[in-house]
Amino acid sequence: MSTTKLPVLAEQGEPDTDEGRRALLKAAAAGTALAGLSGCAGFSMEDFLRKHFRELSPEELKRALAKVEAKNRAAFGRETHVTAEGPQEGVVFGYGLDISRCVGCRRCVYACVKENNQSRQHPQIHWITVLEMDKEHGVDLAHADAFYDAATVPRPGKFYFPVQCQQCRNPPCVKACPTQATWKEKDGIVVIDYDWCIGCRCCMSACPYGARHFNLAEPTLPAAELNPDQHYLGNRPRPKGVVEKCTFCIQRSRKGRYTACVEVCPVGARKFGNLLDPESEIRKVMETKRVFVFKEDLATQPQFYYFYAT
Amino acid sequence: MTGILQFLKGCGRQIVTGNRAYFAWLAALCVAVAIGVVGYANQFQQGLIATNIRDEVSWAFYIGNFTFLVGVAAAAVLLVIPAYVYGWGPIKEVVLLGELLAISALAMCLLFIMVDMGRPDRLLHMTPILGTPNWPRSLLTWDALVLNVYLVLNLVVVVYILFNAYTGKETKKAILVPLVLISIPVSISTHTVTAFLYNGMAARPYWNASILAPRFIASAFCSGPAVMVILFQVLRKTAGIPIKDEAIRKVAELMAYAMFFNLFLLGAEVFKEFYSATEELRHTQYLWFGLGHHTALVPYAWLSLAVSVIAFFLFVIPKTRNDFRTLNLGCVLIWAGVYIEKGMGLVIPGFTPDTLGRIYEYRPTLTEWSIALGIFGVGFLVFTVLVKISVPILVGTFKAPAAH
Repeated sequence: MSTTKLPVLAEQGEPDTDEGRRALLKAAAAGTALAGLSGCAGFSMEDFLRKHFRELSPEELKRALAKVEAKNRAAFGRETHVTAEGPQEGVVFGYGLDISRCVGCRRCVYACVKENNQSRQHPQIHWITVLEMDKEHGVDLAHADAFYDAATVPRPGKFYFPVQCQQCRNPPCVKACPTQATWKEKDGIVVIDYDWCIGCRCCMSACPYGARHFNLAEPTLPAAELNPDQHYLGNRPRPKGVVEKCTFCIQRSRKGRYTACVEVCPVGARKFGNLLDPESEIRKVMETKRVFVFKEDLATQPQFYYFYAT
Repeated sequence: MTGILQFLKGCGRQIVTGNRAYFAWLAALCVAVAIGVVGYANQFQQGLIATNIRDEVSWAFYIGNFTFLVGVAAAAVLLVIPAYVYGWGPIKEVVLLGELLAISALAMCLLFIMVDMGRPDRLLHMTPILGTPNWPRSLLTWDALVLNVYLVLNLVVVVYILFNAYTGKETKKAILVPLVLISIPVSISTHTVTAFLYNGMAARPYWNASILAPRFIASAFCSGPAVMVILFQVLRKTAGIPIKDEAIRKVAELMAYAMFFNLFLLGAEVFKEFYSATEELRHTQYLWFGLGHHTALVPYAWLSLAVSVIAFFLFVIPKTRNDFRTLNLGCVLIWAGVYIEKGMGLVIPGFTPDTLGRIYEYRPTLTEWSIALGIFGVGFLVFTVLVKISVPILVGTFKAPAAH
């Protein structure tokens, strides 16, 4: 991964399908369609006295990962694999979005929800918001509609503008966070430690892209739909009262895989790769197309680029 | 040790003695607190989904109340300045009452922050040593710092004055004056930093205006002294603290200037928004006229403007300013005006429309109202109890037994 580019096609199936099926049967037998996450477990002194993620020793980190797996087992009755894989040398991720191709089908939105274990209902959390815009007005938020009906897309006179975390080089959310619970990693991904976030929502006020989402209640996630491949700073199930956001599918991208949204996009509007690799897809886009960043006047310097390929 | 026990016993006696009106007031406050506790129990169990806070409007009623109360806390102590400049007789009393009000307001501020947090159990993550405060980058860490310094400063001054009065020792000016002088810049900085918390967010053009901090200070100079003016009148009647009419009139005069300045700054901001008419105007438009059928704040915005203008005229015309009936009416009106302006009128339009142009119309839920009621109940209860103990100490009816 660190040497060359991302694979052209990532595997489609779940690596541990058997295990997943077994767990599903177990869950069904228990009659638990929806499983609550951690909150019901009550107050734990260990959680209360734990350290910041970046201060954990390798040994403590191992224990923390095992604990998440144990919590998953208790809440969902399923075996999960939780890692904290770090950034790789020589990799800085970049994302490209081709506005002329996007048809606004929202498949990326739902693929993301599935991949990243978002809460399904009350609250329903989406890390990607697709805006429907008027061709007449161009990229203009005053004429954007986030609540269009995806069954009828693409509609005449409209184009579509997906927004998610822009992984800013100058992230206002990181600056605003009072506890350093969110930070930018070396490969450019802005991550959150869900066990350190105090839920003050300063980052949400600071984010110009509506990319941060709050767990207003205990997240609801059917055990059968749990993605067992988890990253500690990414798609592990979140507790109530903390903020979450897109991590460029950190559990996939750090293993050299495409993000779920790139993989699912039916029109190939989404490009992803290593900005430091001259041969990567994203670099090709930047070389051959003209890109722009969203709200450039705010100097957030996103690692997420928009372009018009045709 | 016995001294402290005796003091506490004495305090208890002060709290449980009073007339029927006093007990009715206490009972009403306890009911308010009980309603708040029930509301919070519900919210704690369900999460903030019990409120109407959503991703689009991620701060709302609680943070609005917090912002307003920081202003009250800041301005109460600022009355110390005219008390010195104009050489009012009972400076010590004025200082003490201001500080008691500040303590109560700060208690409410901290409670509003607590109930707004998604994970109040992790509050310590913000503190040094135990946590990892993002200081000096995060404005919230600054706000926590100045609010706590201000709270401690107020407590020290109050305890110092009361302890001396209680034990019959002399209050040393060499100690009191520097403390009071420090608390003035600290009180200004609490409100300035709170303004910066909003002001520093480039993502929210409605707040990202340099006029915000001056507007905060101007409105605080209206709402804080309004409470004090009414309080002075109540206490000189019931507790016999000799506060002169001139002192109250002077405060009223200063408030008139502050009100003018507050309206002027508002006008300056409204001009800039409507004349330049960029897309950022949508936030201001939402407040004053609504966007499409989203008009929840409109009546409140105009009500706030109307009462602020009426209060201004009541304060600026000498005849109405010197008549205590119209003066008190003006105090209530300006309080209401600033409460709307610095609460919902500041927070909600900042998020409406949100950063992606979505409009989510926020209205507080019953849970939010009940929790806010409870917190105001706690604040008034704290204030009532503090005044009930402090005033007898000040006037000399509650003091340490001479034998010790």
